[in-house]
Amino acid sequence: MSASAEPLHRQLGLTDPEAERIRELMGRAPTDPELVMFSLMWSEHCSYKHSKPLLSGFPTTGPHVVQGPGENAGAVDVGDGLAVVLKVESHNHPSAVEPFEGAATGVGGIVRDILAMGARPIALLDSLRFGELASRRSRHLFTRAVAGIGHYGNCIGIPTVGGEVGFDDRYEDSCLVNAMCVGTVRHDRILRAAARGEGNLLVLIGNRTGRDGIGGASVLASAELTDADEDKRPSVQVSDPFTERKLIDCCLELADADLLVSLQDLGAAGLTSAASEMAAKGGVGLRIDLDRVPLREPGMAPGEVLVSESQERMLAVVEPGHLQEVVARCTRHELEATAIGEVTGTGSFVALWAGEVVVDIPAEHLTDGFPVYEVPMDPAPAPAPLDLARVPEPDDPAAAWLALLARPAVASKRWVYRQYDHLVGANTVRRPGGDAAVVRIPGTTKAIAVSLDGAERHCEVDPHAGGMAVVAEAALNVACTGARPIAATDCLNFGNPEKGSTGWRLAEVIRGMSDALRALEVPVVSGNVSLYNESPGRVIYPTPIVGMVGVIEDAAASVGHAFGAEGDVVLIAGHAEPRLDGSEHLGRAEGRPPAPDPAAVGALVDLLVVAAAEGLLVSAHDVGAGGVAVALAESAMAGGVGAQVALHGGRRPDEALFGEAVGRVLCSCRPDAADALQALASAHGVPVTRVGTVGGDAVEVAVDGRMVHVPLDAASAAYEGAIPEALS
Amino acid sequence: MSVVAVVRFPGTLDHESAERAARDAGAEVVEAWHADADLPAGTRAVVLPGGFSYGDHLRPGAIASRSPIMGAVRRHADAGGRVLGICNGFQVLCEAGLLPGVLRPNASLSFVCEQAELEVADETTPWTGGRVRGEVLSIPIKHHDGAWFGDPGTARVVLRYRGANPNGSVDRVAGVANAEGNVMGLMPHPEEACDPLLGSVDGRALFLALVA
Repeated sequence: MSASAEPLHRQLGLTDPEAERIRELMGRAPTDPELVMFSLMWSEHCSYKHSKPLLSGFPTTGPHVVQGPGENAGAVDVGDGLAVVLKVESHNHPSAVEPFEGAATGVGGIVRDILAMGARPIALLDSLRFGELASRRSRHLFTRAVAGIGHYGNCIGIPTVGGEVGFDDRYEDSCLVNAMCVGTVRHDRILRAAARGEGNLLVLIGNRTGRDGIGGASVLASAELTDADEDKRPSVQVSDPFTERKLIDCCLELADADLLVSLQDLGAAGLTSAASEMAAKGGVGLRIDLDRVPLREPGMAPGEVLVSESQERMLAVVEPGHLQEVVARCTRHELEATAIGEVTGTGSFVALWAGEVVVDIPAEHLTDGFPVYEVPMDPAPAPAPLDLARVPEPDDPAAAWLALLARPAVASKRWVYRQYDHLVGANTVRRPGGDAAVVRIPGTTKAIAVSLDGAERHCEVDPHAGGMAVVAEAALNVACTGARPIAATDCLNFGNPEKGSTGWRLAEVIRGMSDALRALEVPVVSGNVSLYNESPGRVIYPTPIVGMVGVIEDAAASVGHAFGAEGDVVLIAGHAEPRLDGSEHLGRAEGRPPAPDPAAVGALVDLLVVAAAEGLLVSAHDVGAGGVAVALAESAMAGGVGAQVALHGGRRPDEALFGEAVGRVLCSCRPDAADALQALASAHGVPVTRVGTVGGDAVEVAVDGRMVHVPLDAASAAYEGAIPEALS
Repeated sequence: MSVVAVVRFPGTLDHESAERAARDAGAEVVEAWHADADLPAGTRAVVLPGGFSYGDHLRPGAIASRSPIMGAVRRHADAGGRVLGICNGFQVLCEAGLLPGVLRPNASLSFVCEQAELEVADETTPWTGGRVRGEVLSIPIKHHDGAWFGDPGTARVVLRYRGANPNGSVDRVAGVANAEGNVMGLMPHPEEACDPLLGSVDGRALFLALVA
């Protein structure tokens, strides 16, 4: 790339018309540093120029919303003067190039987004997609990304409490690493990015600025991956979790002492993005003296200083009278804090280098001047329902059940979360491995439940229904713990929207997600879009990832997915006809999975929340990948006790066992609570079926006159052994 | 009320949970900052909580063990005062020579976070709250460098892992005390086992020992 004789704007990823637009906006030819800044700010990663028009469909308001999309993270009220802050973000392309640092810095970036709101980060989750584990490259990416997430999260002392991992050949070339962070903050302490107050100082806090990560947003995140990506390794940032921890401690202390006017993290496009967003949001100008930016190495050009993506840096606006105290407090935390400029009244982003003006751009041109593109809307053909006659029925359903438990996508992720500190802070009430993690809100008796989910095969064959499914599953996962879902954050991982039906799928997924979110009255308060996740050979499935947060009023009343005592009653709440279409058992994106009924899911959510609060449930577990058979085995393994169950539904025994349909929850309750639970369910209009009893050391299902029997120890061996074996 | 000082180094992570556990045990909690040369006035006992002091640069605990506050901790220990080191705090105490042995990387070379079962190996120290030898405590572990290496014949081993050895430590050692018994270090995290909501209260004994 660097060897080409292309004009600079093309080398930087700008089109000729975009370069012309910049010239028109500026009324002159941009300087080289200015052009570099435009190229980053107008990249898809920073501008959403291909996705913005579609995103407006999301519901973003509601009675709990304190901060919707547009800030570093969204915030919702959870009572007692507290807000919960949440956001999910992708770090896909850097992780494909250098998985350890790519994943680690992904965690660091999302934590600083939460921190920039003045919030204390209390939980991390990660959603990961790789190729099949038979692939050496995918094993490498998977193990190194997990190591990077663990290294960073463990070292900064924020528990990694949940997430999900999937494996499919479609992610062989373009892995996905999405990280979510949740924090808490008092309403009156929420910080925002808008710079205010002419004459106030811009203070850069944290790491020195080096040459790492230059061009990350445009070079890596906004183009397809090719074989030449090895050369892009220098574009991946380098992580320093120790400094991040000091930054967390220090920024929270500064916020608590009311010493900050506003705060912004330095992420993609570094200082350029941070400062221009602060200026544009505040309707002010900024003047930055680049000579005053502490550098890691000599000889850096002004353009490099402006766009370096060196990690663990925050930019604060500070009143001049507070500078001394801010610097003193940073010094106590062994952090550098340097006044590098000031807020002006001009509306322009001005940068000086050796006393000369090298950049003078109206900030709004950087943040809002980009052209918005309509992506082609070519619908994919509607999927035909699966022809069941062409799907062989397993001779031995018990063997098929065990094989399903041993699929890496279904199997226990203990190998992953054992490497993450999921306990630090002593607030983790429900640990990883269940439907959603439950984390006590520090200093209260309340808890949040949080989950991160995808439904990519469903989105591939039927993007509108798939979009509804991913939201419904996230909401049910949260509700299974007894929490009422109150806010969502999303990361939309797609291929190149300018090609094929990707743009249409993106629009349809958003429409489906929005339909379900509206029905469930859950707003989206933050999000991220990651496009161009494709290589010349492979396009990823449309992979929207939804992070859902719910609130439990009494942390001690949360419900897990483990069966309890012998004799407890097993029930299935909610009704949906299971199908093998697109299922894990089928193992491919084919057919037409049942579309979720958002109203029915909403009623089921209500039932779960009320039943948990009334203490009626021993366990609740969303029936997801692998159908009732997998859910049953998981609840049994978690509780160390089996169950005997009779199943109906589905057109064949394998469909009853392994068929999938969003909107069913496998519950258990004490025998003396069963009537009350059923009465409550009918009051909520939710069908509930008693299907069996907890007990014994096997899971046994009577289906269509046959008994299918799987001993618990065999189930555990398959479920727990699969991922370690695939990696050994 | 017994004053318990909780030491904070850059990169300390578990101070807030350790403070909460000490407070619940009846202590008045004060912070001891790494750069200070003295413990806060009236300090009766000291906790070195877990974390990644100095980012584990060089070796876990190595840099922290040479920080100014450690001179004061040493004087406190020499005078018979109680000192509890948890995880990184245990590593710091070993690096400082206040406890025998060293902590090596886990045999798996991976971080491990899970609930662990610990057997009381020495019932005569104040740290296990009168539990008899062989009694079992359920306390989580979470560390990358937790394999204790030393001479179990001469060290005063207080806690051992029960069942599979999670980190490859010599003789399944999970926690040791000095010969006098007033300084205790362990890799498991008792501050995360002090609240029934979190599944176990077996860690309380170690915090009660600070105020006894």
